[in-house]
Amino acid sequence: MNIDPTIKKVLLLGSGALKIGEAGEFDYSGSQALKAMKEEGISTVLINPNIATVQTSDGFADKIYFLPVTADFVEKVIKKERPDGILLAFGGQTALNCGVELYRKGILEKYNVKVLGTPVQAIMDTEDRELFVKKLDEIDVKTIKSEAVESIADAKRAAAELGYPVIVRAAYALGGLGSGFCDNEEELVALTEKALSFSPQVLVEKSLKGWKEVEYEVVRDRFDNCITVCNMENFDPLGIHTGESIVVAPSQTLSNEDYHYLRKLAIKIIRHIGIVGECNVQYAFDPESMDYRVIEVNARLSRSSALASKATGYPLAFVAAKLGLGYGLFDLKNSVTKETSAFFEPALDYIVCKIPRWDLGKFHGVRREIGSSMKSVGEVMAIGRTFEEVIQKGLRMIGQGMHGFVGNKPINTPDIDKALSEPTDKRIFVIAQAMKEGYSVDRIHDLTKIDKWFLYRLQNIMTTADELALANSLDEVAPALLRQAKEQGFSDFQVARAVLKDNMTNAEEASSEVRKLRKANGIVPVVKQIDTLAAEYPAQTNYLYLTYNGSKNDIDYENDNKSIVVLGSGAYRIGSSVEFDWCSVNALLTVKQQGWRSVMINYNPETVSTDYDMCDRLYFDELTFERVMDILDLEQPHGTILSVGGQIPNNLAMRLDAEHINILGTTAKSIDNAEDRNKFSEMLDRLKIDQPRWRELTSLADINKFIDEVGFPVLVRPSYVLSGAAMNVCSNPEELERFLRLAANVSKQHPVVVTEFIQNAKEIEMDAVAQNGEIKVYAISEHIEFAGVHSGDATIQFPPQKLYVETMRRIKKVSSQIAKALNISGPFNIQFLAKNNDIKVIECNLRASRSFPFVSKVLKINFIDLATRVMLGMDVEKPKKNAFDLDYVGIKASQFSFSRLQGADPVLGVDMSSTGEVGCIGMDTSEAILKAMLSVGMRIPKKGVLLSTGTPKQKADMLESAHKLHNKGYRIYATGGTHRFLNDNGIPAIHVYWPSQADMQPQALQLLHDKEIDLVVNVPKNLTPTELGNGHKIRRAAIDLNIPLLTNARLAAAFIEAFTTLSLDDIEIRSWDEY
Amino acid sequence: MRETKRAVLVLEDGTTFEGRSFGYEASTAGEVVFNTAMTGYPESLTDPSYEGQILVTTYPILGNYGVPPRRTKDQVSEYMEGDRIHCKAIVAQDYSFHHSHWQAERSLADWLKDEKIPGIYGIDTRALTKHLREKGSMLGKIIVEGCEEPETYDPNKENLVAKVSCKEVEEHGHGDKTVVLVDCGVKHNIIRCLTRRGVKVIRVPWDYDFNTINYDGLFISNGPGDPDFAQATVDNIRKAIEKGKPICGICMGNQLLSKAAGAKTYKLKYGHRSHNQPVMQVGTTRCFVTSQNHGFAVDQTTLPSDWEPLFVNMNDGTNEGIRHKTKPFFSAQFHPEASSGPKDTEFLFDDFIKLL
Repeated sequence: MNIDPTIKKVLLLGSGALKIGEAGEFDYSGSQALKAMKEEGISTVLINPNIATVQTSDGFADKIYFLPVTADFVEKVIKKERPDGILLAFGGQTALNCGVELYRKGILEKYNVKVLGTPVQAIMDTEDRELFVKKLDEIDVKTIKSEAVESIADAKRAAAELGYPVIVRAAYALGGLGSGFCDNEEELVALTEKALSFSPQVLVEKSLKGWKEVEYEVVRDRFDNCITVCNMENFDPLGIHTGESIVVAPSQTLSNEDYHYLRKLAIKIIRHIGIVGECNVQYAFDPESMDYRVIEVNARLSRSSALASKATGYPLAFVAAKLGLGYGLFDLKNSVTKETSAFFEPALDYIVCKIPRWDLGKFHGVRREIGSSMKSVGEVMAIGRTFEEVIQKGLRMIGQGMHGFVGNKPINTPDIDKALSEPTDKRIFVIAQAMKEGYSVDRIHDLTKIDKWFLYRLQNIMTTADELALANSLDEVAPALLRQAKEQGFSDFQVARAVLKDNMTNAEEASSEVRKLRKANGIVPVVKQIDTLAAEYPAQTNYLYLTYNGSKNDIDYENDNKSIVVLGSGAYRIGSSVEFDWCSVNALLTVKQQGWRSVMINYNPETVSTDYDMCDRLYFDELTFERVMDILDLEQPHGTILSVGGQIPNNLAMRLDAEHINILGTTAKSIDNAEDRNKFSEMLDRLKIDQPRWRELTSLADINKFIDEVGFPVLVRPSYVLSGAAMNVCSNPEELERFLRLAANVSKQHPVVVTEFIQNAKEIEMDAVAQNGEIKVYAISEHIEFAGVHSGDATIQFPPQKLYVETMRRIKKVSSQIAKALNISGPFNIQFLAKNNDIKVIECNLRASRSFPFVSKVLKINFIDLATRVMLGMDVEKPKKNAFDLDYVGIKASQFSFSRLQGADPVLGVDMSSTGEVGCIGMDTSEAILKAMLSVGMRIPKKGVLLSTGTPKQKADMLESAHKLHNKGYRIYATGGTHRFLNDNGIPAIHVYWPSQADMQPQALQLLHDKEIDLVVNVPKNLTPTELGNGHKIRRAAIDLNIPLLTNARLAAAFIEAFTTLSLDDIEIRSWDEY
Repeated sequence: MRETKRAVLVLEDGTTFEGRSFGYEASTAGEVVFNTAMTGYPESLTDPSYEGQILVTTYPILGNYGVPPRRTKDQVSEYMEGDRIHCKAIVAQDYSFHHSHWQAERSLADWLKDEKIPGIYGIDTRALTKHLREKGSMLGKIIVEGCEEPETYDPNKENLVAKVSCKEVEEHGHGDKTVVLVDCGVKHNIIRCLTRRGVKVIRVPWDYDFNTINYDGLFISNGPGDPDFAQATVDNIRKAIEKGKPICGICMGNQLLSKAAGAKTYKLKYGHRSHNQPVMQVGTTRCFVTSQNHGFAVDQTTLPSDWEPLFVNMNDGTNEGIRHKTKPFFSAQFHPEASSGPKDTEFLFDDFIKLL
């Protein structure tokens, strides 16, 4: 064996909170690496503040530090733990950057820590653009180059060398001012002249507009053996970030010659750079020749590698970790077949399609165009055996109300040509609209440059929809046509809509009719395995998908009633991400432990729950009612768990129950009683439990009458929501009217709910598990912010430090009443408002909540394990321990990705906008909050703080903080009102001016640009457009200049308290098990 | 709906798979084999090693990039591996009626029609492949709706090498050194790989006594079917071994060189047909991903003592190449010329040329 015997203890760096560009894929890769180390008997230390991940759970790493992944903290951990080796490639860019810094500072050398896998020099060669180009020049591999010129003559020469068309850009000009495409010298001269007038320097770059984008995932061992595990092709041509593109694997439009030309190059590159482990090579590829450019090389596991692992069944991270220890690929086995070698390249006998999930609607002011920077927050992967099938499956999976490529509510784009050539997150649906309006494939190709092959395939779907539409009733649909539609990925609903058109009164019934019809005609999907070798060798793989393009199941079902199906959480999105993956994985583990067959359904390639090692059977497929029923028909399980995957599975409860599916735990009826506002409210009234006054209303007149009663502000929202979609606080009649127009569009089926909005109230979470209506374990946590900040964005403290005992007692009592009334068996969460000692119930979900992993890990009682045992019908003892016994504090803080979202206003409201979270533990609130805030990218300021602190009440709340800042010697800058207030209270502050007061000095914006300010506290008085408009520029500038920004007075006060009373050196380096 | 004719694939054990026709509308028969490559149908279809076989592609979507033009350079085709389609038929899950590629001259369907080769789609090729894997390669027929049922055809009973070999001596390329290429059904890329390296290639029919030619090196090509039919070639190779000039073989060439050395060959249950076969160079840590297409293998336990295995398959341990312990003779069971498939082992041509 070729393993390095000196490596006994390894440090792995995680990626921290989920953010745009760095999400759940690194939980998957990190978990795999930890598994690989464990298999070798190597002890592991993990640094990752992301408490909701699977990798930071019991049984993965030996030691876990919930600390920021920064060089300072990592050094402290290294000093304490003295690891022999470090893994840098499994925690995304965060870990890689941190690793490079540790290397540069000589810390790794100082403590004699060996970098396992790809050497740091190779990482730097790929990260630094200049080094990278130089490195690839050495082996005559072409990269994308731009040449800086300062005269028209030089521009002409550069363009001639590069070859037309070229792009000309003015250097140092924001927003693309003075840039454009030139097809010939004449255009070049004209444009360069103009560009030189904006800027002394002009960049000339070869235009690769319309080129294909292709990626290869390459693996190399230290013996120089190389394989390419997967190649992938972007549906969207160059210009759209690969994270924003629809991607298929394997490539579809490359010939054998193309495929192997790029493959060979990828291997040449990886050898020259000296990767040991895994890397990905991205190419731009000319659609009219075999010309190419290397876009970039990622010398680490990436989003693409996670996707490639799921697409092929080849565990890239696992193998890369083993190679880092010194193994050769020939030493390792294919983990799917268990017999054949890991040195091979998977042969796919299916196609996968990845589609990004955007949540741009959640942000105010953000640009909808997609381009070279990433904005998507999650992704899905669909598996099937035709492109039509996977694209339609995928479009349903992204879960934004679309049914596939066709059969959707028309999007009515006014300017189709523009929407095709300047893509937004909706482009695929614009293509559907264009086809419907008669655009030819050629015309769409001209506008989008999407390869015609994909467009022809989309056209096939459209044609089938048109053929279905010729029938007027379902009986008229020929079975062959119905089969063809299903082979092209049509859902039963799409078929029904195409046939019945506007006559479809009840969608669910119509879909059921289609289901009956096709079953009667023997049109059912088959189950296929992903076995890495296209059936060439026998494989005992449990990695499955369903397709209509086949005639035979790969699986012989046991029909032993021993399966427990767990429904996963689908695409990561704002409001539902890794925390539900943690819940799903833990449910699977308990199911398995208790002797049942664990079965998972999920389709998110970024997750651990879709690692086929985590369960007995994995269906990588849709979580629609239709597909879940297909699987349950085959699987015939003992029961199905809906309560650990967030809202998607929860929403299926009633329909599955109607089909007599055995839903484990709380009944569907109870779920409905909690989800349906009317029923729930009636129940609360019956139980004499207080709630904010609300009413479900359908007309503006009724709403106004209700508001006369309760007064502004009010909270307005549709029913059945998660993460506050379409929810808003309205402070005056104009806002209300404007918002209602939007909300009515969101959901016609559900009327609008208007609730009184209680200001300055505390928000409290109750996470609990009950059995037959009796609470077995619970955790009460408090929000640092007052109610009004979405619970997903709020900073949460557990155990609560500032709640009255009386309040806690009342919360517990009310929760018990509710648990009993709904006869809850399983996980649930209730949100409360508390003012003085009055508590009001705002929401109740009979499923695991976002905070389950956090409270489970802080309390060290696994709520999901307990809940799963309850759902399996086992007797569960109440744990002896409770939150009062803890002598430490956990803080859960939110991660925002505003820097990625150009234009978005980084302000928090009732609608959720954070993309991830961390959870840190400290001996008191300050220590925990400091760790948590540093983990989400805050920095302790060194110079000046800008305060602009909202209403008089908020100003008063912040007064003590201002004193502390002053006493600590910070220079305080303040805008008008705040400045006056501080002066009145004896705190010296420098008066700065808003951008709207352009002729006054000093300007806040200028100070930000000059880096005089390194913390901005900007608290809007309220969320009205006028008020927001005022501070927007300052907030946005803080984000764009990477200056820490806080917009909530209470959180700002807590953070200021923390860093003015504690220094970094006061922070204890303790692992989870040391608390 | 697209109007295509029903087409049924009937295996010799009676199993049937129903699909639809997209190629030439006629029935046919042959040996049914599967290939797990995800690209390269123009190359595979024209590969003479597929003579007499019905090719099942496990990759479900076929025809995406159309078919490149038939052009020749140095008397061999530029994009194809033979002068015509050698497969009896092609079977896929899904056919792409529209193709898209800058090099494409026509669609796969049009090409199949021109060359009178049936193609069927709508077949669960994964289920079919599993069936072949479990039962072994077997004979089969494709019956297209409205066409007569064909006679069973067993290509293994025929001397396929004789059928696909060139009939006369041909010359390709230019150079100081001369390589005799025994054409047992040579893929054109082998010729291209040799001529590109600046040697003159004298391509001779499979049973031609090349020992009469004054050459610097001998190259034995790939070819279809059972190596036992090519006894005449084996006899000639034996003489060449005596002579001692460098010898290299590919695929069938590996088997014929082994036989000439004194080893035995046998039929594999379902052969190796894919782009992802891992091989290891014996006695080293060097591994290669290779392209393969063969139904027979060398029994390396029967190699005489002055020969040794050169490469071995990392999945099933079968022989992937042999070499002489002292003399410049070596061969590979896989395809270093690739086309289609990975090009990782093309250096073997360089190794051979260096020996000349």
